[in-house]
Amino acid sequence: MVRKILSRLAQYGFTLLAASFLLFTLTEFSPGTVASKILGPYALENQVALLNAQLGLDEPLLHRYVDWLQTLVGLSPNLLPEAAPGLGLSDPRGDKYFGNFGYSLMMKEPVLDVLADRIGHTAWLSAWALGLTIPISLLLGTLAGMHAGSSVDRVISTVTVTLTSLPEFVVAVGLLLIFVASLGWLPGTSSLQPGDQWSTGAQLVLPVTVLLIASGAYLTRIVRASVAETMQADYVRTARLKGLSPRRVIWAHVLRNAMIAPITVILLQVNWILTGVVVVEAIFAYPGLGSLMLRAALFGDIFTVQALTMLALSVALITQFLGDVAYAILDPRIRVD
Amino acid sequence: MQSSIRGFGWIEMGGLHAYLPARLARSGIALTGMYILMFWGVVALFAPLIAPWDPHEIDFAAMGDRGFSANHLLGTDATGRDMLSRIIWGARTTFVVVPLAIGSAFILGGVAGLAAGWYGGWIDILVSRVGDVMLSFPALILYIILITSFGPSLTNIVIAVTLAYAPGVARLMRGQVLAVKERDFVSAARAGGESGPYIMFVEILPNVGGPLIVDLCLRAGYTVILIGTLGFLGLGLPPPTPDWGGMVVEGVNFLSIYPHMALLPAAAVTSVVIACNLLADGLRERAK
Repeated sequence: MVRKILSRLAQYGFTLLAASFLLFTLTEFSPGTVASKILGPYALENQVALLNAQLGLDEPLLHRYVDWLQTLVGLSPNLLPEAAPGLGLSDPRGDKYFGNFGYSLMMKEPVLDVLADRIGHTAWLSAWALGLTIPISLLLGTLAGMHAGSSVDRVISTVTVTLTSLPEFVVAVGLLLIFVASLGWLPGTSSLQPGDQWSTGAQLVLPVTVLLIASGAYLTRIVRASVAETMQADYVRTARLKGLSPRRVIWAHVLRNAMIAPITVILLQVNWILTGVVVVEAIFAYPGLGSLMLRAALFGDIFTVQALTMLALSVALITQFLGDVAYAILDPRIRVD
Repeated sequence: MQSSIRGFGWIEMGGLHAYLPARLARSGIALTGMYILMFWGVVALFAPLIAPWDPHEIDFAAMGDRGFSANHLLGTDATGRDMLSRIIWGARTTFVVVPLAIGSAFILGGVAGLAAGWYGGWIDILVSRVGDVMLSFPALILYIILITSFGPSLTNIVIAVTLAYAPGVARLMRGQVLAVKERDFVSAARAGGESGPYIMFVEILPNVGGPLIVDLCLRAGYTVILIGTLGFLGLGLPPPTPDWGGMVVEGVNFLSIYPHMALLPAAAVTSVVIACNLLADGLRERAK
């Protein structure tokens, strides 16, 4: 078991490394080199060449990738402040530390500081979304799956099928029309500025609801399918026939077995929420990592984009790994192979 | 149901021939989805003939009232362009981008999955590992990186969708091939001295089509959502190309006065996604 987990961990580590290389290679194609962004559009060719040489940007791709990785893990310093003294870039952590993604060209600050300012907001939003999505979908999915074919099931299934067909931005527009434009109950933007006329709670309602609808409908369907399938299993029939109360059959037999698939889906759901967060934060001008990603991408702030993508990749791979482990623990049959 | 009565396995019943068109005709759900898609397909095809206005033309006479009128049946957008014409031309954008993107994802992923399942060995390991790496990128983030690195254009959106979806298609195809590979008709072809590519494309491919077609419909729906989302986030096709997602975001600021500006294109996107999902659900139900 331990060996299996370790080999999985090594595999995910390798995937992260390969993904980081792909990311580095793709962002290399960003229009306008780093040097031209720092020196401005009127820089002379020899100035650009000099800066490129100072930053080691004239080296071959693989060499630059290894440099980038070394700076990232804190083995070598970031050369940008020295090469471009005019920008006044400085980092209180020194020039060698783990997680050194360099400097945001948009904010003229260390990328880590830019992320630190916003990560709490995104964590807060995601926590609310997941904290509501999981219990609600488990409840509705179990309810529908237990009585497959009943009118309760038909209502829940129809609503969730419809909602999974709705893009997040359509859900958001619908909610904006009802609760902001027509009723005026909630704010249309959630910028969390101090002194805003709307409380933080009111500002969170719509972003959280959009995420809840987008991922909750899908999760409910998975739970429903899994519970409905387990209800058909022989051991459930046996448990019923030997006279166990329906409640006991559901809790002791159905749910324990039916939850295996949804738990892995819940962990993968984190990935969905990451994507949803970008859309939702952009729509509601929420000051989190998702809206930062979009702004950084449109600005061409490649160091920030790299850092955010590495963060997203790490979260995605860690949750996948946890999903594997959870699966192995919950389903004893997996261990055998 | 039928498959168990006749004693056929799911793969044989799920084969390409079993699906279209006889299977389609027997499923009401799938048929509804098909009709909606055909409606938009016809609209997209004949956009220049149907659209009452040029989608880029600004009607200054309609600037006072942007609501529904005899001149502009579905009103105008914030700039004074005819909504109906822009939605009609937006259908064309969707029906060009989505089939191109999905088609290339299925060709690349399908061939890779066929090769991985059929040959096994290092090809299998290579396809699976590269797929794992691509799948570890949350889809939207992959597009954002690609589109900011290479700029928004039709080709880049198609490349982005291909890279994001091909690994999933390859994985599904590989599993299907592994299930079919050991069957008698494949052994017979092998014993008959047929070449690897012949067996892959002529013997195996037609017999693994079922689940792939369901997957294709679902992915087409996701792609419609995605293209809409990219347009909404300002990463889609550059303006003034009529694009439903872009139209929604342009209309959002006018929700309280002219809700039609955002709602009509939002409804158009949703109807296509629902149609794709209905088609997928109907075909899957039939396959059972």
